[in-house]
Amino acid sequence: MSTYSRSPLTPSAAPFTATAARSTRTILPGFGLTMGFTLAYLGLIVLIPLLAAFVRTAGMSWSDFIAAVASPRVMAAYRLSFGASIAAGLVNMVFGLIVAWVLVRYSFPGKRIIDAIVDLPFALPTAVAGIALTSLYAPNGWVGRWLAPLGVKVAFTWAGVFVALTFIGLPFVVRTVQPVLQDLEPEIEEAAATLGASRLQVIALVLLPELLPSLLTGFALAFARALGEYGSVVFISGNMPMKTEIVPLLIITKLEQYDYSGATAIAVVMLVSSFILLLLINLLQKWSRRYHAV
Amino acid sequence: MTRLGGAEPGTLNAHNDLTPAIQTAIPSRSARAALPRAVRDPAWARWFLTAVALVFLAFFLVLPLVIVFAEALSRGLGYYLSSISDPDALAAIRLTLLTVAIVVPANVVFGVCAAWAIAKFRFRGKSLLTTLIDLPFAVSPVISGLVYVLVFGAQGWFGPWLIEHNIRVIFAVPGIVLATTFVTFPFVARELIPLMQAQGTDEEYSAVTLGASGWQIFWRVTLPNIRWGLFYGVVLCNARAMGEFGAVSVVSGHIRGETNTMPLHVEILYNDYNIAGAFAVASLLALLALATLVLKSVVEWRQTGTP
Repeated sequence: MSTYSRSPLTPSAAPFTATAARSTRTILPGFGLTMGFTLAYLGLIVLIPLLAAFVRTAGMSWSDFIAAVASPRVMAAYRLSFGASIAAGLVNMVFGLIVAWVLVRYSFPGKRIIDAIVDLPFALPTAVAGIALTSLYAPNGWVGRWLAPLGVKVAFTWAGVFVALTFIGLPFVVRTVQPVLQDLEPEIEEAAATLGASRLQVIALVLLPELLPSLLTGFALAFARALGEYGSVVFISGNMPMKTEIVPLLIITKLEQYDYSGATAIAVVMLVSSFILLLLINLLQKWSRRYHAV
Repeated sequence: MTRLGGAEPGTLNAHNDLTPAIQTAIPSRSARAALPRAVRDPAWARWFLTAVALVFLAFFLVLPLVIVFAEALSRGLGYYLSSISDPDALAAIRLTLLTVAIVVPANVVFGVCAAWAIAKFRFRGKSLLTTLIDLPFAVSPVISGLVYVLVFGAQGWFGPWLIEHNIRVIFAVPGIVLATTFVTFPFVARELIPLMQAQGTDEEYSAVTLGASGWQIFWRVTLPNIRWGLFYGVVLCNARAMGEFGAVSVVSGHIRGETNTMPLHVEILYNDYNIAGAFAVASLLALLALATLVLKSVVEWRQTGTP
C-alpha cells in the first residue's frame, strides 16, 4: 500500500549498491541489530496479538462460528457497516475530486488554510469528531434544526453513521488525487483541445481516465478506514440493535457480555475483509503507478 | 504513498518530490495563471466548483471544529476552566501524557531501526516487511484492543499466570499503553522509510570510508538528514496516541481517575449529559489537532521551500 520509492531521487544505480544487490553484506554497520529489533518489535506488538484472534477462532466448532458470525443481528450490522462505508466512500469520491481539482487548478484567498484543514479528520481525535457531529446534527443542533422541519433525521439514524463516515474518509480521496492532478501536464489537455475536443470531452476522455486509478485508491482507502471506524460513529448512531449498530460496536457489546469467542469470530471476519482490501489497494496502486510510468 | 488511517505524509512526500517537475513544466505562478485558454475552465465553472468545494468543507470540517469551542464555552469561561481542572479531568490528562511518553519514544526507536534496515540494506522479503509494518492501519481500533484482551485478559493466553502473580495488564495502564502502541505503530517508520530510501546510502558510505563508526554515522550524517521527517512522524504519532479512543476503550475498564484517558473522559462526561464539560475537555484535544495541522504545514513548507 505504499509508493515508498516513488521519488526520482532514489539512486538505484549507485556504485556501492550494485554489489549490495547480491547480498546484504555491505560496509554499513547495524543490519543485524536494527533488523533484529524491527522483527522482534513487529512480532510482539502486532503479529502475535493478531495471531491470538485467529487461534481463538480456530478453537471454535464450525457451527458455533457460523452462529456467531451470521446471526441476524450480526448480518444487520454488516449491512449497515458495509453499506454506509460504501455510500460515504462514493460521496467522498465525488466531492474529494472537486476539492482536489479546486485546490490544484484554481486560486482563491485562504486556499493554503483550506488545503491544510483537509487533514483535520486525521488529526482530530475520533471521539471529539463524534460528539461534535452529534451536536451539529441532533434535532436541535445547528444543522439538525434546519433539517427537522423537512422531516430529515440525521443523528441517531442510518444517515448519522453515513455523515460520520464521510467526515472520517474525506482526506483520503483528496490526498490521493491531488498529487496526480498536480503532476498532470496541461499540454495533454491542450493537445486534446487543439484536436477539436470540447472542454467536457477533455474532462471525460482525457482527465478522468488519467485520474481513475487514484480515485479508486482513495475510495478503497476511505472505505477500509470507514469499515473499522468506531469513535466518531458511536455517538451519532444511536446504537440500536438491528438498526444503527455498526460491526465494531457489536464486537464491544459482545466483549462486555463476556462472549469473547463471539466477539473474536466477528473480529476475524472483519480482519479478513481488511486484509483483502489491503491486497486490493496494493494492486490498485501498482496499477496506477504503471499507468503513470507509461 | 497512502495508508489506512492516520495522516498521509507519504502522499505529501510524493507531491513534494513532484514539485521540481511541476516547476520545470510551469516556470512560475504568473505563468501558471496564464494557462492556455483551451485548458482554462470558464469563469462560471470555476465559481461553481469552488463554491461546491467550500460549502462541502464548511459543513464537514469547519462546523464540527467551531461547534467544539462554541459548546465548550456555552456555560461560560468559569465553567470551562473548572471542567478542565476537575481532578478526574486532570487524572485523565496525566494518564494521556504518561501513555504518550512511553508510546512515542518506543515507536521512534522502532521507526528508526526499521527505516535503517529497510532503506540502507537489500534483502529478500522487503516489500512483505513494509506491508506488515502498515498492517495496524488496516485493523479496526476496536480489534486492536480486542487482541490484547485475548493475550493478556483473564481468559487470555497469559491471563492465569498474570492473575497468579498479581499483575494487571488489561483494565490497567499497561493495556492502554500496549493498545496505543499497536495503533500508532506505523507512523514514524512509514515517515522515515521513503525519506531514507530517497536519500540513498552515498553519504553513509563516505562516512564509513572516512573511518566513522556506526553510531557516529547515525548521529552526524543520517540523523541531521532525516530530522524533519522524524519530527513530522513524532507529531503524527503523538496526535494519534493522545486521541486514540476505540482501542483504549476496549482495554481500559473506564475507571474514573485511574484508567481514563482524555478521549474516554470526554465520553463519560458526554454520556452523563455534561455536554459543556465534555466539550471543554474535547476542546483541548481539538487544539492539539490544530497544532498538529500547523506543524505539518510548517514541515511541508520547509521541505518544499515555499514560505
